[in-house]
Amino acid sequence: MSKTALQFRHNGRDVAIFVDGGTNLLVALRELIGDMTPKFGCGQGGCGACSVLIDGELHLACLTLAETVAGRSIETLDGIKQGPNLHPLQRAFADNFAAQCGYCTPGMLMAAKALLDRNPQPSRAEVIEAISGNICRCTGYEPIINAVLAAASSRARA
Amino acid sequence: MARHRGRGIASINYPIGMNLGGDPSQALVHSNPSGKFTVSLSSIDLGQGMKSVTRQICAETLGVPVEDVYVDTADSDTGPHCMGSFASRGTHRVGNAVMAAAKEARGVMMEAAAEELEVNAADLETDGRGNIHVKGAPHRSISTKDVAIAAQFKQGKTISGRGIFLVPLSDVDPETGEMSPATCYAHACLVAEVEVDDETGDVAMIRMDSAYELGRALNPRLVEQQLVGGAWMGISHALYETTEPYYPVSSHGPRDFVEYLMPGPGDICPHDIAVLERPAADGPFGAKGPGEMCANPVLPAVANAIFNAVGVRIDKLPITPEKVLRAIKAQGGARPQPRR
Repeated sequence: MSKTALQFRHNGRDVAIFVDGGTNLLVALRELIGDMTPKFGCGQGGCGACSVLIDGELHLACLTLAETVAGRSIETLDGIKQGPNLHPLQRAFADNFAAQCGYCTPGMLMAAKALLDRNPQPSRAEVIEAISGNICRCTGYEPIINAVLAAASSRARA
Repeated sequence: MARHRGRGIASINYPIGMNLGGDPSQALVHSNPSGKFTVSLSSIDLGQGMKSVTRQICAETLGVPVEDVYVDTADSDTGPHCMGSFASRGTHRVGNAVMAAAKEARGVMMEAAAEELEVNAADLETDGRGNIHVKGAPHRSISTKDVAIAAQFKQGKTISGRGIFLVPLSDVDPETGEMSPATCYAHACLVAEVEVDDETGDVAMIRMDSAYELGRALNPRLVEQQLVGGAWMGISHALYETTEPYYPVSSHGPRDFVEYLMPGPGDICPHDIAVLERPAADGPFGAKGPGEMCANPVLPAVANAIFNAVGVRIDKLPITPEKVLRAIKAQGGARPQPRR
């Protein structure tokens, strides 16, 4: 199968790769770019572990054809820390014990970031809706909801 | 057609660790010339926090800062033997093994420090901040790092310790079958409040209130995290999850996360938890283990709450809307029980 040259922005940096036809964005990010923060959970859009932002909008990398992101800007968990400092959401997840095994955490953080970027002061119901596409087996969701609300309120204070 | 509120209670008595067979786990502790300590285990941390808890146990026993202890887990090729991370046994079994190993290592560390300070080891104490000094004379002090260096390069001693925890085997009385299957029990009581829709059979969680007695909570935030997450899993097993929803036709079984049902973030409810600390006689620093028991009381409490709400007794899990609805129809309608 012939390969297609593909360029896009990855966490603020221009990248160029060659992809086989049919390659999904998750495989492109993990295997061709080496960004292991989007996780492979189910590979069919049921768990949210591979969530990334494409031009600021939340998408499932496993259901996104890599070729469709040509020229667009991809943001993954690997890019959200601010220099040496954790992103306020990462800090809030740590403070609120919102991760146990950690496998859902990158997707949860991206879903939460997509929410706070468009709605800095969400209600509890809005947080619940925003993370409803992401499955967590360990935490019971409560600490994650609390972490997102805490990050929003710390941002409001800042 | 209406929605009915009901309240159910359940209490559990939960044995820590496996029964019989001794359920052993081993741990090795050694110091590096940097003065830091490594705990070697074959046990696995799945995210419950066993690495953090064994680190705390080791640091507390050695008398050194928690930052000076590194826990290396889950290499069964090179690590000491462990039965595994299950049966809520990690904190209790592995913790006891780590404590024994750290005690032995502390003995060598104090002997090595005594040789450097030219005093009797029995006269020394640790300050928990990385120093060893003569009791009552803090200025006669040596850092654990300098002790480690002296042991390694001058005295030719290994500051290390071995630990194992094995429950004494219990004989079964051939006449009565009486035996002592476990040495340590945790306890919990949980009240669940649900709302049952008698038109759809749908059960919504309204709130939970629980009390857990699980020995000393070595890391209260990790204990709380276990109890919150475990209760969610209890709701999931009570009302949602099954691999065989239409047994015995397994081809109707769930194949993915769309068909394998679990409660989402919108299906949870407020949960007020009280942790009662009654130190266990044979636990490390009195700890038992919150592990699996955090899910257990939820299931019977939810089943009892459904009975209280609509008068149907469902004894097959999960309690799906279909089962609730069929049972309500079979008894000719919802029969709310006296509110408890």
